[in-house]
Amino acid sequence: MSALATPAAITPNRPGLTGRLSDFLWKHPHVLLAILLGPPVLWLGIIYLGSLFALLLQSFFSIDDFSGLINYEFTLSTYKQLLSDANFDIIVRTITMAAVVTIFSALIAFPIAYYAARYAKGKWKAVFYLGIMLPLWSSYLVKIYAWKLILAKEGILTWAFAKLHLLWLLDAWLALPIIGGNSLSVSYTGTFLVFVYVWMPFMILPIQAALERVPGNLIEASSDLGGTPQQTFRHVLFPLALPGIVAGSIFTFSLTLGDYIIPQIVGSSRLFIGQAVYAQQGTAGNIPLAAAFTVVPIVIMGLYLWMAKRMGAFDAL
Amino acid sequence: MTAAVLFENVSRHFGAVKAVDAVDLEIAAGEFFAMLGPSGSGKTTCLRLMAGFEQPTGGHIEIFGETAEGVPPYRRSVNTVFQDYALFPHLSILDNVAYGLMVKGIGKDERRKAAEDALAMVKLPGYGQRRPGQLSGGQRQRVALARALVNKPKVLLLDEPLGALDLKLREQMQEELKSLQKSLGITFVFVTHDQGEALSMADRIAVFNDGKIQQLGTPEDIYKRPQTRFVADFVGSSNVLSSATCARLGVPAKAASLRPEAIAIGTSWAEQLSLPGTVTARSFLGATNRVSVDCAGEKIIVASPAAMPVPDIGAEVQLAFSRNDLHLMEEA
Repeated sequence: MSALATPAAITPNRPGLTGRLSDFLWKHPHVLLAILLGPPVLWLGIIYLGSLFALLLQSFFSIDDFSGLINYEFTLSTYKQLLSDANFDIIVRTITMAAVVTIFSALIAFPIAYYAARYAKGKWKAVFYLGIMLPLWSSYLVKIYAWKLILAKEGILTWAFAKLHLLWLLDAWLALPIIGGNSLSVSYTGTFLVFVYVWMPFMILPIQAALERVPGNLIEASSDLGGTPQQTFRHVLFPLALPGIVAGSIFTFSLTLGDYIIPQIVGSSRLFIGQAVYAQQGTAGNIPLAAAFTVVPIVIMGLYLWMAKRMGAFDAL
Repeated sequence: MTAAVLFENVSRHFGAVKAVDAVDLEIAAGEFFAMLGPSGSGKTTCLRLMAGFEQPTGGHIEIFGETAEGVPPYRRSVNTVFQDYALFPHLSILDNVAYGLMVKGIGKDERRKAAEDALAMVKLPGYGQRRPGQLSGGQRQRVALARALVNKPKVLLLDEPLGALDLKLREQMQEELKSLQKSLGITFVFVTHDQGEALSMADRIAVFNDGKIQQLGTPEDIYKRPQTRFVADFVGSSNVLSSATCARLGVPAKAASLRPEAIAIGTSWAEQLSLPGTVTARSFLGATNRVSVDCAGEKIIVASPAAMPVPDIGAEVQLAFSRNDLHLMEEA
């Protein structure tokens, strides 16, 4: 009889080092786990979080106004500086922009994600993913400069409004205080449009993933129990999609809070947090204040997540 | 009296697939009606047509005398117990049960009271604050039942409601469902592929195959007098005797069904019919022995009580049965 036909009840150990290693790791699964997790945890712990804490530590130092040198003594004076009128304006402006961008991104993303999760099948699903991901594959800077051209006074958007005899509408919008300006490309409206465009995939994909996990028969059950489509959305679909919306909003909100390129290229000359950090650590050389500025998004995101949890956004997880 | 559910020539085609094909059906008010068939036979699609999740591609549907086609599910006084229960994972058990009342705008205290009563009815009092994820399969099934019944539906639809439960629980739920239906007087329409379940619970059964109703009748009718080979085979796996075998018995017919348990081995009285044959296989099933007998090329299955002696394989035996148990069929 051939060796293949009747294997022994217990086969002998595989020869060589790999055989002994396999046996060893099988007997000590924790060692295997340590080998697998060690490097990434060290990376995350030391290089990632460590440098972040080093940065945060800087915010409790201060800068000597005369010499421009950092004074390594713990003080809250930098935070006092952070809350001065000019700097506080920057914070409010950035948070407001991030909130509005997040709300509009969610409003636009939800129907797209809903279609993709519920109706798109096969080829159309591929088209959906391609459509969402394609803009991510091209350079971020190219996209922003493209938008600057689109939004410019001589740009295609003004031209389209003119052709549609709606120039009065555009002018009326630009005449509005705060959100208006000389042209869309130098207004908050322009900054907002570019933010919404650039972060949109980060909102669509988590919502789509959340909706994908909602079993179709829950929608049917709601309808069966007398829920109109509106009620089904409010009481079943929206609460179950909320973790996805929160996940998406974390992306859009924090990305907007930290971005310093978009408001620099498209928008008014007034600063956002990212630009302030850039300016403070670069030209101004005020590392403590730059560090204090970066604390703001972290604190805001912490508060946001805490509130989302309190409101039950993660109950369906 | 108006029928609870009326199907007139109803079809539901998905492209070339005729999931439901020209079905006529009349379910009486207060009836416990079962739709029985293998998967893909159209029984679930029929249920979904009643619930309003599907719209017919042809024919006419009435629910208590009112036209139902084109009416969305949320406007029908019909509630469904889903196969996998479809409880809302983000709501407490109480809110799940009260959901139907909540969307109809009934006040908080009133719907709370009604939901608690419904939970008590399905023997889950005090479970209201838990989440669906914390309940066992059997408990979730009861919640799904309470959530449907709290709306006092005119027709309750149950889609394989006991399919996911283990045998013991299933038998217990069968009895409870039956007594619940009797006490509430609500029309129950119940989909199953388990013939035992349909036979034991239903007042009437429709046997489905290939999108059509093969036979509609009382459990006894369906079991004892199958009209087609499919029904004979699907409901209790009858022997279907060929016309040649019928001729040997002196009973001219195209085909005839014969229950395995109606046949005795070895003893025959004068008034009984008998067939000689050779035992080809036997297996012990607990209460019975299943014996395969070859009768001149026709394989006949006999369910012999375990107390009776079992002939060996290869033994020559006589099969005896009453003429009354031989049910003649129109089709071969």
